[in-house]
Amino acid sequence: MGNKSEIKLLGTAASPFANRVQFALNLKSMKYEYIEENLACKSELLIKSNPVHKKVPVLLHADKPPICESQIIVEYLDEIRPDLYQLLPSVSLDRANCRFWAAYIDNKFFPLYEELRQTLNKAGQEAIKEQMIEATQQLEEAFIKSSNGKTYFGGDQVGYLDVILGCFIRWTQHVDELNDFNKFDEVRILELAKWAKCIASHEALKSVTPGKETLESFFGLINIYRPPYK
Amino acid sequence: MADEVKLYGFPGSPYVSRVTTALNLKGIKYEFVAEDLSNKSADLLKYNPVHKKVPVLVHNGKPISESLVIVEYIDDAWKGVPILPQDTYEKAQARFWAKFIDDKCTPAIFKAITNHGEEQAVAEAQEQLQFLENELNVKGKKFFGGDNINLVDIAATFIAYWLGAAEEALGIKVLSKDKFPKITEWCGNYINCQVVKDDLVPREAIVAFFRKRFGNA
Repeated sequence: MGNKSEIKLLGTAASPFANRVQFALNLKSMKYEYIEENLACKSELLIKSNPVHKKVPVLLHADKPPICESQIIVEYLDEIRPDLYQLLPSVSLDRANCRFWAAYIDNKFFPLYEELRQTLNKAGQEAIKEQMIEATQQLEEAFIKSSNGKTYFGGDQVGYLDVILGCFIRWTQHVDELNDFNKFDEVRILELAKWAKCIASHEALKSVTPGKETLESFFGLINIYRPPYK
Repeated sequence: MADEVKLYGFPGSPYVSRVTTALNLKGIKYEFVAEDLSNKSADLLKYNPVHKKVPVLVHNGKPISESLVIVEYIDDAWKGVPILPQDTYEKAQARFWAKFIDDKCTPAIFKAITNHGEEQAVAEAQEQLQFLENELNVKGKKFFGGDNINLVDIAATFIAYWLGAAEEALGIKVLSKDKFPKITEWCGNYINCQVVKDDLVPREAIVAFFRKRFGNA
């Protein structure tokens, strides 16, 4: 992919979903132009490009209409350039397994973090933390099966699930710290804890991971627009 | 070696319907294992330990769960009538709309149902349905997939058949013909497809289900 502006990505530095797409683009060494969005004041381009959700990330590829939803964008990138660092496995069953866990990560695991942020009462918080531990244990089992003794979900190489889950490490770490909580209590969730350290230090992800200040400022923003209420 | 295909589900489920439609499109022979969700079988719990839900497809002993994941798997693993578009970009768009139906549209419709057609809930559901109406308008064809059904049509199964039954059961209206002429027409076209029709349970059964589950006492 020679021409940098052939691919544009609308994102925001603190968004793990935007980070996810950047992680994939970096792994595939695909050049792209990154456009930072201010979610408190969304650009016309963003609203026009994603009228349904008005969210980042959005991928603009050449003269095609926009592609939205981070998992879908990652699959698209993998399909247009399977020769560059293939993320999804070739076997149908393995692909189905990836999509199953990707759905679990986005629909069951990560929403717990938003729920925790919105819950102020102690009993509610404890209940959510229990669910987080359970979800992390599920992911631990998935990791053990998928990695087959190797470093990543994808085996020796970073694969689709490493990208799908890896982008959340910094964010979830931040929430854990705010809540004085360590779900990776290493006695219980040993392998995933090792993997988390490893993936967080991968250059393709590290280079786009937001710093503490960026995250704090973003959390400040969310607390205004979607304040805690439970 | 002949393929062994089993589908665990219960006949009235729209999510199971997605899978039977996909299997029928490909002409795949399968064994249907009816589950009683109040008394789940050991097999179901073994094959879907994470969610313990239907549908679950078991292909030569290997289980796959989550209806849209199963539908994509069926398209991947078997040749024949394509369920997803061949073009990479169109494929991404189809996945987008299928996800929209699951993440935004169906939950909003469900809220309108469980709130017995409360004005605000209906308005929110209609806001989401408008995106689908526009999509059909722009496409100008019989189905979201064009002349033939594709992943998006299959994902919208609930809207095609279950929504109408819920509306009748509760005396509410979400998908009005004047607001959604295209979707209304699409519903009729979709449930008339042989691959869909073959496995639909009688409408009265679904009406009765909604009446019992959500109707006023």
